[in-house]
Amino acid sequence: MKLIRDTWLVFGRYFGLFIHNPLWVAVGVLQPVLYLVLFAPLLKPLQNMPGFPRGGAYNVFVPALLVQLGMFGAAGVGFSLISELRFGVIERLRVTPVSRVALLFGRALRDMLSIAVQSLILILIALPFGLSINPIGIIVVLGLIGLIGLLTASIAYAVALAVKSEDSYAPIVFTSTLPILLTSGVLLPLGLAPQWLKNIAAFNPLSYAVDAARAIFLAHLSDPSVLKGVVILAVLSVVAVVIGARQFGRAVA
Amino acid sequence: MFKSRQRQVEAVAGVDLNVVRGEIFGFLGPNGAGKTTTLRMLATLLPPSGGTAHVAGCDLATQPGKIRERIGYVGQAGGADREITGRTELVFQGRLYGLSVSAAQKRAAELIDMLELEGAADRKVGTYSGGQKRRLDIGLGLVHNPQLLFLDEPTTGLDPQSRARVWEEVRKMHDRGTTVFLTTHYLDEADALCDRVAIIDYGRIVAEGTPEELKRAIAGDVVTFTVAGEPQVALNLVKDQQFVRESSVEDGAIHLYVDRGEVAMPAILRLLDGAGLQLMTVELHRPSLDDVFLRRTGRSLREAAA
Repeated sequence: MKLIRDTWLVFGRYFGLFIHNPLWVAVGVLQPVLYLVLFAPLLKPLQNMPGFPRGGAYNVFVPALLVQLGMFGAAGVGFSLISELRFGVIERLRVTPVSRVALLFGRALRDMLSIAVQSLILILIALPFGLSINPIGIIVVLGLIGLIGLLTASIAYAVALAVKSEDSYAPIVFTSTLPILLTSGVLLPLGLAPQWLKNIAAFNPLSYAVDAARAIFLAHLSDPSVLKGVVILAVLSVVAVVIGARQFGRAVA
Repeated sequence: MFKSRQRQVEAVAGVDLNVVRGEIFGFLGPNGAGKTTTLRMLATLLPPSGGTAHVAGCDLATQPGKIRERIGYVGQAGGADREITGRTELVFQGRLYGLSVSAAQKRAAELIDMLELEGAADRKVGTYSGGQKRRLDIGLGLVHNPQLLFLDEPTTGLDPQSRARVWEEVRKMHDRGTTVFLTTHYLDEADALCDRVAIIDYGRIVAEGTPEELKRAIAGDVVTFTVAGEPQVALNLVKDQQFVRESSVEDGAIHLYVDRGEVAMPAILRLLDGAGLQLMTVELHRPSLDDVFLRRTGRSLREAAA
């Protein structure tokens, strides 16, 4: 009960901070629009090329954009945490009886929500261009992308609490996200990849999320890859939340 | 109120102290002496690697949750977010301590009134002056009426007026019965504000007591005078008197370390008068906590802080 109340409080604080910052909201809305507007002209000619996956251009690329949005949107959340560390905000919160899980989970829920809303915007904009998805598919895919956001944000917070400085955090984020995205098959499908790259991809949880997202956009909701992707992400998210919460409980300067 | 025995901690090794309920206890020492580390351990922010402590009646090792409900802690950086208004922060803080929305709003209004933040409360914290910010920080630590409030360097970086204002708040808390445990590297702050002081250096307590006790135990008083003529003659005249503990001549002035200056002064005057030596200047100097620090550590606090 206390956990739910505390999580709600922490979520409310960070949601309020977000919603009262017009710049963040504008960027949050603009990001998916830009992704789509800049990608769209490149997509059309591609879909008739040999080796292009099944489904229309948008149904192939929108899932990839969403996964990318989920990850990039959450990977940078540690920056604000580091600035809060510096201003003593985290220390102040840690000295109150507030649940340590709530300190992490409340924030990560805010990130999850903002990513889900951005994803919805992207999907809605893509619909008139020829994206096809049914309402249940939208709900499932938003849940999936939200989980990517939750997982990534929890890890990002844990890393930020561990390194405590932007100078260390930034290179970690920038060097880790691209390899993870590449080996997930999100940028280019891994169907043509050499075996060693496929082996690496098998260990990348994000590649299961990509498979799941693609299946959803092919209207194959009952495809086992959907359940597999959701379960893998959900389990990993729980682990990441627990690790991140422990990080909040431990000493941070 | 609590006992603490901390051992085997890198930053803090020989800290063994008692803080009495209702007092203002000062932790005085140079930067890096281990003040903040000790405070953070006592406030449940940092797990001690050894030793025991009782804070606000609870065991630090087994009941950190209970301690958190009973203490307030105001860190050096404060802890208010620059992008939020002071009032929002106070209400949120109250909610974290379990208050309902209306109770938290009421408490925030009380604190705003008490700390005279009416003009600033609905602005973002980023626009506050140093003194306003510090008062808000203290307000955040007081939301739940803690029995014990930790203040880490509460006046560092403040202008003299804001500093006096913070002292006033600390005294008001004291009057309401709150125990205050503060750290400082300002001698005058420890002296003027604290009922009792512990002096810490390199993670060890080197002296503990009321500022008066500490000063008296270490140095007594210092009488400095100059005479028309040879200072050595005057020195020889007074140095073997019973009330003189130590004496020296520096720059032509005679320094006498005596137990009680107000008793020694007339005696010195009589001696000089009887010998026909003309007194030019005389000064009675009470020892400062810096003299205490100097005697115990071999360094001046001012040097150590630099």
